[in-house]
Amino acid sequence: MTDLTRLSAADLSILLTSGAVSSVEATQAHLDHIAAVDTDVHAFLHVAGANALAAAAVVDAQRAAGAVLGPLAGVPIAIKDVLATRDMPSTAGSKILEGWIPPYDATVVRLVREAGLIPLGKTNMDEFAMGSSTEFSAYGPTHNPWDLDRIPGGSGGGSAAAVSAFEAPLALGSDTGGSIRQPAAVTGSVGVKPTYGGVSRYGAIALASSLDQVGPVSRTVYDAALLHDVLSGHDPLDSTSLTDRWPSMAAAAIAGRVDGALTGVRIGVVKELSGPGFQPGVLQRFNETLAMLVAAGAEIEEVSAPSFEYAVAAYYLILPAEASSNLARFDSVRFGIRVDPAEGPLTSERVMAATRDAGFGPEVKRRIILGTYALSAGYYDAYYGSAQKVRTLIQRDFDAAFEKVDVLLSPSAPTTAFKFGEKMDDPMAMYLNDVTTIPANLAGIPGMSLPMGLAPEDGLPVGLQVMAPAKQDARLYTFGAAVEQLLEAHWGHTLLSLAPKLAPTQMFASEGGAV
Amino acid sequence: MKKAELMDYDKALELFEPVLGFEVHVELNTKTKMFCGCANEFGQGANTNTCPTCLGLPGGLPQVNAKAIESSIRLGLALGCEIAEYSRFARKNYFYPDTAKNFQTSQYDEPIAFNGQLTIELESGRQVTIDIERAHMEDDAGKLTHVGGATGRIQGADYSLVDYNRGGVPLVEIVTQMIEGGEADSPEIGRTYVAAIREIVKALGVSNARMEEGNVRCDANVSLRPRGSGKLGTRTETKNVNSLRSVERAVRYEIQRQAALLAAGGTITQETRHWHEDTGITSAGRPKSDADDYRYFPEPDLVPVAPSRAWVEELRATLPEPPAARRKRLQADWGFANLEFQDVVNSDLLDAVEATVAAGASAQSSRKWWTGEVARLANVAGVSADSLVEPVQLAALIELVTAGTLTDRLARQVLEGVIAGEGTPLEVVEIRGLAVVSDDGPLIEAIDLALASQPDVLAKIRDGKVQAAGAVIGAVMKAMRGQADAARVRELVLERAGTAE
Repeated sequence: MTDLTRLSAADLSILLTSGAVSSVEATQAHLDHIAAVDTDVHAFLHVAGANALAAAAVVDAQRAAGAVLGPLAGVPIAIKDVLATRDMPSTAGSKILEGWIPPYDATVVRLVREAGLIPLGKTNMDEFAMGSSTEFSAYGPTHNPWDLDRIPGGSGGGSAAAVSAFEAPLALGSDTGGSIRQPAAVTGSVGVKPTYGGVSRYGAIALASSLDQVGPVSRTVYDAALLHDVLSGHDPLDSTSLTDRWPSMAAAAIAGRVDGALTGVRIGVVKELSGPGFQPGVLQRFNETLAMLVAAGAEIEEVSAPSFEYAVAAYYLILPAEASSNLARFDSVRFGIRVDPAEGPLTSERVMAATRDAGFGPEVKRRIILGTYALSAGYYDAYYGSAQKVRTLIQRDFDAAFEKVDVLLSPSAPTTAFKFGEKMDDPMAMYLNDVTTIPANLAGIPGMSLPMGLAPEDGLPVGLQVMAPAKQDARLYTFGAAVEQLLEAHWGHTLLSLAPKLAPTQMFASEGGAV
Repeated sequence: MKKAELMDYDKALELFEPVLGFEVHVELNTKTKMFCGCANEFGQGANTNTCPTCLGLPGGLPQVNAKAIESSIRLGLALGCEIAEYSRFARKNYFYPDTAKNFQTSQYDEPIAFNGQLTIELESGRQVTIDIERAHMEDDAGKLTHVGGATGRIQGADYSLVDYNRGGVPLVEIVTQMIEGGEADSPEIGRTYVAAIREIVKALGVSNARMEEGNVRCDANVSLRPRGSGKLGTRTETKNVNSLRSVERAVRYEIQRQAALLAAGGTITQETRHWHEDTGITSAGRPKSDADDYRYFPEPDLVPVAPSRAWVEELRATLPEPPAARRKRLQADWGFANLEFQDVVNSDLLDAVEATVAAGASAQSSRKWWTGEVARLANVAGVSADSLVEPVQLAALIELVTAGTLTDRLARQVLEGVIAGEGTPLEVVEIRGLAVVSDDGPLIEAIDLALASQPDVLAKIRDGKVQAAGAVIGAVMKAMRGQADAARVRELVLERAGTAE
């Protein structure tokens, strides 16, 4: 029988729809695979075995009763731990929320359930999504399925690893400065950050409100599109949610597979997002991909975005500023852990301080301190105010570029997956890993990462980033599906089929999972 | 400071010029909270009107209450403010357990309304124009209850409970510019200003405006400038002064306290102060410096509020007549003396009297009934007068008195019946059989009987001593159980005694 875990969500959907496979079987296959490999990978913080099988049985019963179900009904999905789930702990990778089960579902989680998807569990992440490696998770790092000694990217390393290790065909991620796209790049998977406001943030534990966006993680562009269609749409509970009606991303992806889909497409290569500081093998695969696109009829021109030079600096003012305020609510009063001071009176101020001291990890504290400073009276204009101006300039750079081209391309990350510990002592080096992905968040535009090969020097996946104008998410899917088809035709297989087979461990992963 | 240590008020005014400023918080009476769909009401169990947003749970996000925006704009317009074309919310960051998010969602440099003016009139007739700096929107904090201490304050408490039902209730904070030149009237200016705000929000219908329930709360800033000095003194901010009389007393107290301190060579600490209603003094709260850093920044979870000019004009058209103008008009229409009119205003019976007059009663009799018998009964029952009886019922009662169907004494009994829910005044008259006997037949019968039983009185009357008739009249009224018109009885007594005046 087919290994159900190796199928794309779309292919699994066909088997489910035809009745050849039940959702319970598909879900069980994924739970078994998680049990076999996740001790090594540690993509999951919580595995919802019984609940997942129960949800799958409901979908099977509905299908048996002749109900008309959505295309992803019965397909398993992994959920980033940053999203509130009423039946699973939601910790955002932090000690301070250890064991906290929210009384509500995030809007995207509700939509996923309503579409009949089966939540398998919650995936690991850097604490409060602050990081590019999952090394800042309070529950230990996730390992890259391509090389267990390497990082899976971050903050959404758990979701990307779950998908690339075939533990789930789909996952939900969140992207504040690249947390969906950079993990996708270093794990050979697909990840999309939608247009800001395209997907509801209600129930997504906020890192930086003006930058955060929830999006799909998958192994194929089409799968990402199917999930995107489930997630997008106006949510009255999120005031920054757009009221636009969105075209079908799945239809857009299918359009990309038509012959000639790349003919005449105007491609811009951002001068500032390649070159020095980028790993040679990354640039090599990027240039080869550009050459193939030209051969397929696309037109390429270099565009300059001079303000991108300041993007990382601006980002690391805006993000900590907003985060310092968003994370103020973690104070032990209403939810989460409470830690009393070792000595002295138990005033609320002292309990709050002791709780935050014990509950937050070093990177979170670093950013809270940075953000508190950046917002302080007398410094606001110089820091937060200036950063907002840079943001406007970056938006103008994008506007100017998109007057000339349809999509912008760059490597998704400057390097392939680095080794654990490599950048832990150098926050700046860690921050610079997001240099390619940050501009899209600052401008609110959509971005996608899809695999474009392995770097010759280390044999690790390299990601291609595609960016489109705000609200033109469909363009990402059309173009992305075309590029994916072009590359896979060239390789003769999918990139992930090259990933080393993970040896099942002898350990028993219990239903409760890792946490 | 003990009362005995305060400086004499006149002496304080001789040495110093008071400078005032007020921040009035108005709780809006919208159905739901400012940033979520929870009910804006109390009296439920603690923390029942809450959701992920107003509890500040991870992942909760705010949504702006459109009605609260509307109410804020109307209030801004009523205060003569300009309404911003582009207004933003901002986060005011500080840690306190009654603030679920550990920031208040407020407005900073882009308030919804600004640059207003409000003219108030003091009892002396002096007009004072208060400049309004801004009126901005924000959400209220939850309610802390300190358990275990003797005073109910946090000091000495064993623990504190927090109820977030009030957390997220919409507030408008109205901030005045500095008020100079108030001089000896300063305390009265405070009271009158807050009364005017209260009257306006009530007339607009945007707040329940009950100070005793905290719907309108006043923070009073007071500082003293030595006469002849151009330099402002250090101010104190007395928080949550929650009755009109207290505003007046608190301002007066602070003037006397600060004057005593300054005259003795002391300095004023810039701080918040607590008002103690029972003892009539203020006490030190927390130090408050101008450098308090709330790290304001634009609220990224909300989009800017940009009310269209057309909408603003639409809302302007819904504004009621300004309360002060309305008072002037009504006093003139009704021809009330100042004291009579003040009596009505101070008893909060302007609406009731107006409605009663509109229902056909004369202004004077409406005033007399509302501030007299109705107010007395309300006082006994411990409720507000206008909740006791409908103006249209009272007008009907007055009509019966005017027509001679009821004497005042009977009318009071009918009023009791109406209040007891026995029906309209006319129905009560019928049920209780209280109407004045206007048929002379039974009266003559009773008079003849009374005269016959008091022959000495009859003789006196016939001798021209008509004042002796009083005894007969009394007996007749008694026999009629009060249901007779005494004047008519007197006429008939004299007639039956064979004397004509």
